[in-house]
Amino acid sequence: MSALLTVRELRIDFLAAARVVRAVDGLSYELQAGRTLAVVGESGSGKTVSARAVMGLLPSSARVSGSIRFEDTELVGLPEERWRRYRGAGIAMVFQDPARSLNPTLRIGPQITEVIRLHERLPRAEAAQRAIELMEMVRLPAARERFQQYPHQLSGGMRQRVMIAIALAGRPRLLIADEATTALDVTTQAQIMELLRDLQRELGMAMIMISHDLGLAAGFSDEVLVMYAGRGVERASTQTLFSRLRMPYTRALLEAIPRLENPPHARLAAVPGQPPDLAAGFRGCPFAARCPRAQGDCWENTPELIEHEPGHRWACWHPLGLEGSAEPELLAGRGQRA
Amino acid sequence: MSEPLLQVSDLVQEFAVRARGGTRVGVVHAVSGVSFQLEAGETLGLVGETGSGKSTLARAVMQAPPPRAGSVRLRGIELVGLKHRRLLQARRQMQMIFQDPFGSLDPKWRVARIVEEPLVAFGIDTRQGRRRRAATLLERVGLDPGRFADRRPRELSGGQAQRVAIARALALDPALIICDEAVASLDVLIRAQVLNLLEELRAELGLAYLFISHDLALVKQVSDRVAVMYLGKLVEIGPAEKLYRRPLHPYTVALLASIPKPDPTARRVPVARTIRGEQPSPIDPPSGCRFRTRCPRAQEVCALREPPLRELDSAHVVACHFPVEDRDRELEATAADELGGRAPAASASGAGESAAGGAPVLGNSVGGRGKAVAGGELRRG
Repeated sequence: MSALLTVRELRIDFLAAARVVRAVDGLSYELQAGRTLAVVGESGSGKTVSARAVMGLLPSSARVSGSIRFEDTELVGLPEERWRRYRGAGIAMVFQDPARSLNPTLRIGPQITEVIRLHERLPRAEAAQRAIELMEMVRLPAARERFQQYPHQLSGGMRQRVMIAIALAGRPRLLIADEATTALDVTTQAQIMELLRDLQRELGMAMIMISHDLGLAAGFSDEVLVMYAGRGVERASTQTLFSRLRMPYTRALLEAIPRLENPPHARLAAVPGQPPDLAAGFRGCPFAARCPRAQGDCWENTPELIEHEPGHRWACWHPLGLEGSAEPELLAGRGQRA
Repeated sequence: MSEPLLQVSDLVQEFAVRARGGTRVGVVHAVSGVSFQLEAGETLGLVGETGSGKSTLARAVMQAPPPRAGSVRLRGIELVGLKHRRLLQARRQMQMIFQDPFGSLDPKWRVARIVEEPLVAFGIDTRQGRRRRAATLLERVGLDPGRFADRRPRELSGGQAQRVAIARALALDPALIICDEAVASLDVLIRAQVLNLLEELRAELGLAYLFISHDLALVKQVSDRVAVMYLGKLVEIGPAEKLYRRPLHPYTVALLASIPKPDPTARRVPVARTIRGEQPSPIDPPSGCRFRTRCPRAQEVCALREPPLRELDSAHVVACHFPVEDRDRELEATAADELGGRAPAASASGAGESAAGGAPVLGNSVGGRGKAVAGGELRRG
């Protein structure tokens, strides 16, 4: 079965103040139709930049090399006119801040209708009817009344539902949700994630969810790709990743999440330091300076993201859980590690 | 019994909403009769979503601006009504750290001056003495004074800037620090570092924290007690461990169900079954219980009478006519298991189908409508 999306050796450089920042460095992954991939990492890990490359939304200062194949089309180097055929119709995106993505001076309905008519030649009345269907599909209460309202009359969660409706207007095969629930309240976040999951199943879309939160990835994805300093550092099915994680960075991310199970005032296992400066470049493993397992070779050679076990890739010279130590220790000690 | 460090009683904060021209068109009931106390060395977590009034409450405690009504006593001294220098003196032992570290640091000032500023304001120590104190404070928050004292805020990362804000808050030897979403804007690993720093300072200096956050897991991690706010009201307050194991208020149940669990095999209750709709406007909050419009357990009485705060378990207080009972929790757990409970991606059943599968469990065991947590929502699918 061929993949819906295949990314190979993607490199993205930005020129900023006479310095070259390598935001994405040799990223490869593929995504099958109807599946959900979570791309997880911190600020500056390259997760958003790589997704924007898939949407063709990078600024002109970006230099992109490598390959992004969507169905049968190579997207890297695609002329702007041809992009329009994919953006929205093939691939759609939902962003973090719904308030800034909507035009504050236009009513909700016309904003959705306009996008529908960009994709399909529909008479105005039919497009409006479809807009209301989409609004109902994203479970926007009282869709008909909302049609006439302005964005400021809607809550953040409702605005994000409108953005999802707009993203679905072109019947995309791939939906990219870029921190789509980060700006929302916790109960709203959970509702929107449940909505995205249900829609994805109903419509058979593939989804890339970009998040800083491994917790969200655990609940809502089939596969996880962990990024650090512009590189993929661990990738596996969600089940495998959480039961047999190998990359010390992934463990650091997981252990840094406060848990309800921890007793009050428990120390979090926090790795020291900060991610490397991508303009300065680095030698060896980008995580070495912060890694509790780093040894001499980590400073010399950069580990590649290689499939070491079936379906499980990691980029690490000294992965966790492979030296015969008891596996359960991997997860049991978290939250308490000195 | 000795006086608590901070005693807040019946605090009310309201803001008038005016139309163009200044006509008063409504009142935002931001904080409506909130009471709590905080002992020295204790951390009270305050949880709530946007619009719950948690930040307004913090500011009212700081008298910035002073509350519309109620009392705030710090070490027994009433702050409400104090003016100017007397207020500054009385408030000295209470400091605040905000969400956006850059927004709270003057971009033109160097780090050392920022940290010294409270000492200058109170005329403490000589110039050299203040310099030394600033260096000690920077060291204490994990910043090498040699490298950081002369930097300006823009030369700091978010985590470093927040450390500077903490150093400044420590300058006057406070007994209480109010942390308002103090780690919300930081990346996961940096956030863990700063949380650990706050914990070290607490243990070492005997600090008390009022720790405000929308993140219940985070609050649980640092707090001795947790208070939950909804639409300007305290709805539940209790020891952290108890509140999380036996939440009594349906809103707390919904908050707990909303926390992403970093474990694909964890049991997940669909949030849509614990809470519905959107938060109403604080300009015209619902009658009776303010949560009733979203509550799956709500009945007629909830619209008619406001539920008083009552102590159901020692030190565990809730404002609800139909608090969640152990039996409800068991039923909910059974329902979650019936749903397959775990990773949605692999389980094939859609939401509607799952809900139908879970319905009989609660339907049979529970007689009255709305008695069970999920009773109403379940049938709606």
